[in-house]
This record gives sequence, structure tokens and C-alpha cells, in this order.
Amino acid sequence: MFRREYGWRGIATLCGMFVIILTIVIGAFLIYKGSDTFLKFGHTLWEFLGSAEWNPADNADGGGAVGALIFIVGSLSTCALALLIAAPFSLGSAIFITEISKKYGERFYRPVVEIFAGIPSVVYGWVGLTVLVPFIKTVFHRQVGHSILAAGIVLAVMIFPTITSVSADAIAAVPNECRNAAYGMGSTRWQTIYRVVIPAAGSGIISGIILGLARAFGEALAVAMVIGQTTALPTSIFSTTKTLTTEIASQMGNAMEGGEMKSALWTMALLLFLISLLFISLIHHFSNKKEGGEKA
Amino acid sequence: MKRRTLAILLTAAMTMGAALTGCGDSAGDTSAESSSSDNTDTESSTEDSSSDTATEDLSGTITAAGSSALKPLADDAADAFAELYPDVAITIDAGGSGEGLKQVSEGTVDIGNSDVEASEKLDEAQAAELVDHQVCVITMAPIVNPDVKEGGVENLTKDQLISIFTGETKNWSEVGGPDEDIVLVTRPTSSGTRATFQKYALDGAEEASNASMETDDSGVLLQNVKDTKGAIGYVALSYLVGETGVETVSIDGVEPTLENTYNGTYPVWTYEHMYTKGEANEVTQAYLDYIMSDEYGEQMEELGYGVSSKMTVTEH
Amino acid sequence: MNKKIKRSRMVDRGMTVVFYAIALLFFLLLIGFAGKVIIGGLMGATPEMFAFERKGSIGNQLFNTIYLVFVALVFSVPIGVFAGIYLAMYAKQGFLTKFLRICIETLSSLPSIVVGLFGYLVFLVFMGLGKSLLAGALSVSILTLPLITTTTEDAIRGLPPGYYQASMGMGATTWQSIFHVLLPASIPRIMTGVILAAGRGFGEAAVLLYTTGSGSTLRWGNWDFSSPTCPFNLLRPAETLSIQIWNLQTNGQDRALANLASAVLLILVLLFSIGANLWGNHIAKKTSGDRD
Repeated sequence: MFRREYGWRGIATLCGMFVIILTIVIGAFLIYKGSDTFLKFGHTLWEFLGSAEWNPADNADGGGAVGALIFIVGSLSTCALALLIAAPFSLGSAIFITEISKKYGERFYRPVVEIFAGIPSVVYGWVGLTVLVPFIKTVFHRQVGHSILAAGIVLAVMIFPTITSVSADAIAAVPNECRNAAYGMGSTRWQTIYRVVIPAAGSGIISGIILGLARAFGEALAVAMVIGQTTALPTSIFSTTKTLTTEIASQMGNAMEGGEMKSALWTMALLLFLISLLFISLIHHFSNKKEGGEKA
Repeated sequence: MKRRTLAILLTAAMTMGAALTGCGDSAGDTSAESSSSDNTDTESSTEDSSSDTATEDLSGTITAAGSSALKPLADDAADAFAELYPDVAITIDAGGSGEGLKQVSEGTVDIGNSDVEASEKLDEAQAAELVDHQVCVITMAPIVNPDVKEGGVENLTKDQLISIFTGETKNWSEVGGPDEDIVLVTRPTSSGTRATFQKYALDGAEEASNASMETDDSGVLLQNVKDTKGAIGYVALSYLVGETGVETVSIDGVEPTLENTYNGTYPVWTYEHMYTKGEANEVTQAYLDYIMSDEYGEQMEELGYGVSSKMTVTEH
Repeated sequence: MNKKIKRSRMVDRGMTVVFYAIALLFFLLLIGFAGKVIIGGLMGATPEMFAFERKGSIGNQLFNTIYLVFVALVFSVPIGVFAGIYLAMYAKQGFLTKFLRICIETLSSLPSIVVGLFGYLVFLVFMGLGKSLLAGALSVSILTLPLITTTTEDAIRGLPPGYYQASMGMGATTWQSIFHVLLPASIPRIMTGVILAAGRGFGEAAVLLYTTGSGSTLRWGNWDFSSPTCPFNLLRPAETLSIQIWNLQTNGQDRALANLASAVLLILVLLFSIGANLWGNHIAKKTSGDRD
């Protein structure tokens, strides 16, 4: 009987370890592929991160320039814009679900929002290209509608469900005693939300925002269709530019195996992986702070 | 309640077991089958394997990956081929020429579709293993938004074209068109379509990457040129069949058509390659033969691709 | 004083209106989006498009999508559930557990194109599966694994501690408590996670582009499992709806078909999510009776 006990425990442990091994293997795979830029082609890390000159040679001889600054800036600016648009609306929706109208919110609104997490990005991209891009063109009188703005809006719609549902969970987890105490002291609903509920759910909301950010960072296909990929640093939100993922998605298939361009693309994939890790460490940082606070 | 959940768990376990054993079985079978296509069917074996009678019994899979410019043709040929040989399953994937060549060289697909020669995307040893099949000719045409053509631009000299794509000419009025900014819509630097256009239409001049909008595929490129006033881009003729939203422009007075490609006056064309690793197996060879047959040639021209055998010139 | 209260009330009312407005705005946006995709897709459809043919229809792709996600779940559900149990019941607080959590979250935020290329290397090049449904399903299971693991852990942790204590108090071993008490009680929430994972699998394109291929040649009634045209053969290439959309749109070939495929995919995701919600509500009602 106890043998079975240990057997099952072993299986559970094994499955847990499997997840660790899988992640390490994927990480190792990216490091192996991405290190060629530095080891084989002799570029410096500073050049990769700090230079805007992107012209890698599509052959194994090397000699091109691998400055990925344009893509890093492009990724950062589109994601920042997406976050700027999505975060207030998501937070508002999360509060609507949990505080304002719980009945309709939980039963009706939340399921509808969550459905949109499952829509393929190709569909988002296509709707963006056929509806949003012409719209921007006419409203702002631009010759070209493709822009950081278009990409930011598409991404905002895509990460809206993630931020909303994680924030709603965090807000719902705030103990009712807090609300009752606030109401008992004569606060209005808005005062309760603003002064008590949101601060109490703060770390959870930030986790949601970071998760949304991670999704926006990794998105390729939808962004590629509406950002009007131009290899140049953006100058305004109407500029066309490129992001890390769009460049990987559009060049990876055509680049020569073992060539300088392919290595540089893998290095960009590695960079994405590291950025994900960074975001996750941030989430842990915030949630640890919360636990620490509760204990104190 | 408890019994029901147990039942759910049990069925889950069983389906998993079934799927695992099923996968084990089929793994054995298909690996045997894909290694050589003359399998189990004893009646149809060796006796009468002259090409036209044995074809009825062809069975197996063909997988291809690579160039997105070649995919519509490969798909169409696959559809027609599958009607003749219903036991053959054909898979054509896009993914890019580099990916196609890499995958055929690694043996994960049977055919690697490519816009460029294998030696440009693989190292010498790998390229040497591959056998080239030049299945068709593809012609690239410069396309513009209709308002550019209405504004008077029907023809561009090569110098004008180079000056436009390198970003020197910025307004259509400089080349006799309407007073509109020129918007360049191009393909990524590693694209085979871009390489061909650059080589034969721009005489190797480097396109202005920092002033052009790149699009991952010709379908989206078409959409962008259609929607954007003053836009110019380039696609293969095959994308223009039945397309009314964009206009083609002549180069040095020569219209981009298949006839002009055949007689050697229109310069922007290239062979499309289907590579196999070593000699093709029976099924794959039958498919390649079918694409290059005369009966399929007519259909090929209807799709906007050129037939290799009709070329009067072989070099540019 | 009175003035201050009045102002607070005004602000409160104003903010309530703002929240209703935000909710309504996004609700309408999402409905409009879904409406455009679904109505636009169905309007342009012809009856032939619903057939199970090699070309010009979506039937085979619909089957492939469901079958592939099912196979992916067959792999990821057991591993994910066991890993979740490990985290909830066995893992000790420490470096390893912390690391495991970071691993899970990293996996869940990986760009899918990276998983696709990784799957290509491992399943096609090393294991030699060829472009196949199985290779695609295994790659998708990498993507769905973290979601299932975290929902399982949350589900078990979310149970009242009394469940475990009562079971242990009656002399059950840890495993018996998990298997007979905790797991059955948390199945509803695990199911929700599984269905969300399935939703992610349905929409995945970038991963499958490198691993499953675009085969749609199926012969219904072919039960020879080794044949590439047998619908249930795991080692045949299989084009799913999302790859079909990707293929059609990038080539600009048959836009009406691409729109229909988008509409059907959206409906599929909708049905799954609604199903998950109904199921969740049903179970919640059932179990809430026990608790009081």
C-alpha cells in the first residue's frame, strides 16, 4: 500500500520535473541557436542592443550589421501604447464585473471577454488591416494608415481579455470585510473602490498588466499586418516600423540556415525569451511583496 | 458523485492508452510505408509496373514546403493530381524558400520549393545532395495603385524604377504622374521575390529599406497597394489573375506578360525550383512529371505561371 | 460637511456611469468584432464550402482542428494535472519550487513561433515523425501544459482545508486523499482550465505551420490506420482551420473561404467557452449545496 503511495508521489514529482526540464531545454535551444551571432560572427552585445543599423548578410560569411535597436524600440513603443489604451479600460471592466454589476458582469460580460482570448491572431490582424488601417487613414488624413497606432490598438484589443480577467480575479479576492468596513464608515461605492479595493488588489492588477504585456511582446502575425514594416526608427505614433517578432516571423522562413541573418534572428528570439523571464521575475517580485505585507 | 468522477478519470485514462497504442501501431506502419511506397498491396506489385498502368495504384504521401510564390501552383497541381490518384495525400506548405530548402535537406519533406538556387541558401555539401526540377517560370510585375496609372504613369524606364525604389524619386509628378507621394510596398530582404526583382528590374540596386513598407506575403502586399494612394510594389503575375484593384506598369515600354517573358523582351522572371533530396521516389516523381507535363501546362498558364519549355531564352 | 457628502455622492454616481460606459463600449466593440467576422464569413459562404472535400471546403479542416486539439490534450492533461498535484501537495517551499513556477510561467508566455521551431527540431528532425498531426499535437501540448498545471494547482489549493484534513483523519494516505477526495472535488475547475487550453489550441497557427503541414486529403470510411488518407491516422499531415486561414489570406486566393473559416473557428471557440461557463455554473450550484 505504501509502495503505491510513493509510486504516485514519484509520478507527480516526475511530471513537475518534466516541466522544468522542458523549459531548460527550450532555453538551451535558444541560447545554442542565438549565441552564433556573438561567437561565430563576432558581433558585440552592445552592437546588437544599441545600434540601429540592421543589414545582416544572408550567408555564412557574415560581415553585415546586426543592430536590433529598431526592433527593440518598435516592440517597446507598440506595447507601451497598447498598454496605455488597454489598461484603463481593462481595469474599468474588471471593476464593473466585480463591484458595479456582479450579476451581469460574472454571468455575461466576463465570459464574452474571455472568449476573445481564444481568437486566432490572424483574424485580429486581418480585421485590423481591412477596418482599422483605412479608418486611421481617413480620420487622420494620412496617406498610409499602417502605423504604431494601428498596431497598438490591435494589441490593446488582444490583451484586454487577459488584463481584465486577471484583475477581476484579484479584485474579487479582496475580502468582503474590507468593503463592509469602508461602507460602514460611510464611504460611497466609488470611495470604497478607489481607496480600499484597488490598493488591496494592487499587486494582482499589476500581475495582470504584466501578463498582458508579455502577450503583446510575443505577438507576431497580427502586428505584422498593420504596422507597415519599415526598417527605420519610429518618429511618431503614425510612423511605420518593425518589432522583434514581426522581423523574426517575416525573415526566419527565408533566411539561409547557419547564415548571419538567421543567427541574428535567433538572437532576437533569445532576447524575447529573456524579456519574458524578466516580466515573470517582476510578477514574482510584486506578489512576494504582497505576501510579505500580509504577514507584517 | 464519486463514482461518476471515477468514471470520467477512467475514460480519460483509457482514451489516452488507446491513443498511445494507436500511435505506436501507426508509427510502425507508416515508417515502413514512407521508406518505400511499394507496400503491402501484393496484387499490384511488380508484375505490371509500366508507368501508365501502375499509376492507378500509386499510394503514399508527398510533403512539400517552401516558397509562397510557388504554393498556389503546387496546390492546384496537387488538387488535379489527387483526382487522378485518390490514394496519394499531398501536403504543400509555405514558410519561405530558405525553410523549404532546409527541410528537404534535412529530409523532413519530400520536395523543397524555392525561388532561388539551392546554393544560395544552403552550404555546398547540402546543396550538392539536392536534385533540381525547374517546374515553371515566374514573372514579376511592378504594380501601382489605380490612381497612379490614371494620373498618367503607364510606363517607367529602368532608371526611373531604380530611382523610385532606392528612394531618390519621392513624388509621382517627377515621373509624369499625379502630385502624390510615392509609397513603396516591398517584401522582406530575404524574400526570393525581392531578390529576383532587385536583380533583374533594379539591376542589383539596393532598395531603400528605411523608406518602404515590407509585407510578409504577396496577398497582404496586394491589399496594401490596393488601399494606399500612390503605392507601388511588385508581385508575381500569378497573383494578378482576376485581380482588378491594382494596375501593372510596363518597364521600358514592355508590358509584363507571359508572351513577353517567353520571347525574352521582358526581363524580370526566374525559374521556380522544386528540389528533391537525391532522386525522387515513385510518387513524388509522378507528381513532378505531372506538373511538367504538356496537359498541365495550359492550366499553369491560366494560373499566371510560365511553362519552362516555352522559353525561347534561357538566360537573362 | 453636507456639501462634501453631496459631492462624494455626485462623484460616485458619475464614476458608476463611467464604468457602465466602459463596459458597454467594450462589450459593443467585442460584439461588433464577432458580428463582423461571423456574419461576414457566413454571408459569403456557399453550401459547397461546408463539404468534406480536399479543396474549397472546411469540413476536413474542422475535423483536423478538433482531433488535433484532442490529441494534444491527451498528452498535456495527465502531465499537467500531475504537475499541478505536485505543486499543490508535495512541493516543499524552496528554490526548486520557485524555479518550477518560473518555468511554468515562462512556458506560458513563450512566443508561439519559438515553440513551433522547437517542435520542428525535436519532433521532426530528432524523432523523425515527419509533418504530422502527432508532431503538431505534441507542440500544442507544450503550449497548453502551463495553463493546465496552474489551474489544477489553483483548484486543489482553492478547496477548503477541511477536505484534506477529514480524509487524513479517517486514516487515508496522502495519495488516497488526493485521488478520492481532492481531485474529484476540483474536477470542475480543472475542466475549465482544460477547455481554455483547448481554446488556445484551436487558434494556434504559428506552431502548426512548422509541424503539422497543410494536408487536407481525407477519405472518409478509410479505416486503414497506416494510410495517409485515413482520418484517424496520427502520422498524416493535417491542416487545421487556423492554418487554412493563414494559407488562404497570405496568398489572397479564396477570401470568402478564409472568412468562412474564421467565422467557423470563432463559433467553435465561442461554443467551447460558453460550454465551459455553463458547466462551471452547474458544478458551482451543485457543490455549493454540500458546503453549507
